[in-house]
Amino acid sequence: MALLKMKFTQQRRVRLAQGLWLLSWLAVMCGAFIFCLGIYLKTELLRRDEVMDNTEIHVVPNILMMVGLASIGTNWVASRVCQDSLDASRFPRWKVLLLAWFAVAALLCCLLIAVVVLSYALQGRLEESLKVGLRNGIRFYKDTDVPGRCFQKETIDHLQMEFRCCGNNNFKDWFEVQWVSNRYLDFTSKDVKDRIRSNVDGRFLLDGVPFSCCNPASPRPCLQYHLTDNRAHYNYEYQSEELNLYSRGCRQALIDYYMDLMNSTGPGVLSVILIQMSVLLSLRYLQTAVEGAMALENPEGESEGYLLEKGVKQTFEDCKAKVLDMLKFAQVDAADAEVSPGAADAEKTVDNTTEKAASPTPAS
Amino acid sequence: MAVLRVKFTKTKRDKLAQVLWILNWISVVTGVILFSLGLFLKVEINKRGELMAERDIQYVPNMLIAVGLIACAINFLGGKICYDCVDTTKFLRWKLIMLPYIICTFFFTFCVLVGALMCYNMHGELEESLNLGLTEAMRFYKDTDTPGRCFLKRTVDLLQIHFQCCGNNGYKDWFQIQWISNRYLDMSQKEVLNRLRSNVEGKYLMDGVPFSCCNTNSPRPCIQQQITNNSAHFNYEHQTEELNLWMKGCRQALLEYYVHIMQSIGLAVLITWLFELSVLTGVRYLQTSLENVLRQGDPNSESDGWLLENSFMETARTNLNIIKSLGKNNQIDTSNNGDPNINVPSTSKAHYGPDNVPPKQITEDS
Repeated sequence: MALLKMKFTQQRRVRLAQGLWLLSWLAVMCGAFIFCLGIYLKTELLRRDEVMDNTEIHVVPNILMMVGLASIGTNWVASRVCQDSLDASRFPRWKVLLLAWFAVAALLCCLLIAVVVLSYALQGRLEESLKVGLRNGIRFYKDTDVPGRCFQKETIDHLQMEFRCCGNNNFKDWFEVQWVSNRYLDFTSKDVKDRIRSNVDGRFLLDGVPFSCCNPASPRPCLQYHLTDNRAHYNYEYQSEELNLYSRGCRQALIDYYMDLMNSTGPGVLSVILIQMSVLLSLRYLQTAVEGAMALENPEGESEGYLLEKGVKQTFEDCKAKVLDMLKFAQVDAADAEVSPGAADAEKTVDNTTEKAASPTPAS
Repeated sequence: MAVLRVKFTKTKRDKLAQVLWILNWISVVTGVILFSLGLFLKVEINKRGELMAERDIQYVPNMLIAVGLIACAINFLGGKICYDCVDTTKFLRWKLIMLPYIICTFFFTFCVLVGALMCYNMHGELEESLNLGLTEAMRFYKDTDTPGRCFLKRTVDLLQIHFQCCGNNGYKDWFQIQWISNRYLDMSQKEVLNRLRSNVEGKYLMDGVPFSCCNTNSPRPCIQQQITNNSAHFNYEHQTEELNLWMKGCRQALLEYYVHIMQSIGLAVLITWLFELSVLTGVRYLQTSLENVLRQGDPNSESDGWLLENSFMETARTNLNIIKSLGKNNQIDTSNNGDPNINVPSTSKAHYGPDNVPPKQITEDS
């Protein structure tokens, strides 16, 4: 009993081929869109590469780019098949390819679904990566004379100004790090010596932040130093001051940014999955209808199109049998042990029948 | 003697008409491009509207927008005309309109050229406007509590960060204005009072700049206060320090930005002008060759096409005479007492009676 059988007249077959040709070109455009999306995401991730510790999140744009390219090729092949489908002499050469095509198209759909799932699942990993990357960036902020780290200051400053954020979790992260290089500290000054002696590691810590944390929307000129000291500035209360610096942490800001990016591409990817699925199903109908028509005496007559020749369960059993058949000719291993008794039984019954056929002869 | 005469066979005429049809449609696209360039310039100028004093600089984008729209309309009409010109019968419909159309388009291309030249000329006006606007904005930097000016601080800060500039001409402009509001000054402190008394207007002046002047490329944390005091900071020499603050003035930075935009737009408009001129030349050749075909009577024959029927000087003279006589429609010709029929010899024989003697002429004296 075929799955979702439908009758196709010649007229309907022609319409299906034409519609599917248009749909497959649409799917090619969608493939190009997915590819461009992948490239865009990758460039956005690479731009902030210096504040990320690992590149695990790059798997999302990588898959998108691969799927985009594969989808362009696959759907182009589908459009060629449609063009040839109504010509009985040209269609048979595609027969062999079509099974592989269905497998590839199904794989592409699965990969796209995996991408959507991954973009949510990898959020935790992205957060970890940013946490470590930003912590390093803030620690090496002062090392503008160390090769390999000399651009950390510029990177962090630009990041804080562009994303309107300060520090890792908030601006207090700057209080725990020495962000003024020793080259610019006057070691003869009492204040400097006191500060250096005040902690175990001998670091110059202060309750101040770099200028890039300053909020331009503040009505007051920016206060960067002596932030926790209410008396150091006129008419200033550190607990209630909100507009002076950026209150958001850069990790949160970056995660929000990347999640927004991936969420806004979500609907696009889902609609591409739908289009690809519909191309797959329509091509299956077209294939079965045209093959049915070619087998008829009158090729212009009505034929049947279906998704699966037998029911789902039956097709699954058939496939399993075929696959295990193939495996039987290769080495025998544990997976075959359950089948081999069955196969051995079959062999035994065959042997028995041959034996039975052989044994009566001496009797007779 | 015609100007630049070219012979056209029927096939050449048809090809010319088809090519001109396509070129006219391309010109419609360039008209749309001009329109959008004008729109873009308008948006860019309005974005920084707060930093520009009232000066008449909106005329450049307005001109570009108008020219773009008119170019679309003219070339759309031209496309229709050229499409119909392949068929001689359809050409008759357009025959009377074509010459005025060509003259209008010719004057329109002048407008396009003027538009391109205006783009290059806006420099001076813009500099004036930016100079005044930036001075005002810096003066009102501290007035974040005055309605109408409360966003100037943010605007100036974002401008200095984005364009990597400081002050009007340089960072020293900030030394001459009070950019810290009195609300944040502790008037009971001696130092504050000294500074206020140190100048005539009672302004709190300091050798410091806002944080947005800080240069992100500096290897050192930004020095904003006491910039001219070398002893206030360790290992610091204010005369040789270049990386600490942005060195460029914001007027210079904005001017460069806008001049760059307008030079690109001016170039695009010049290219459009050349394109329009070539399309116009093609249409003129098409018109003259089709008119000559009609004059000859045989639609399949060869005909001549030219730019001007007579030489340039003669055409200029004829046109000037036409323009002169246009003005003379209402004037009276005084040599014949206003009557144009006096002294015109009669061509038919008049019967003057049996003697056939003409009557005595009545002279003006009697």
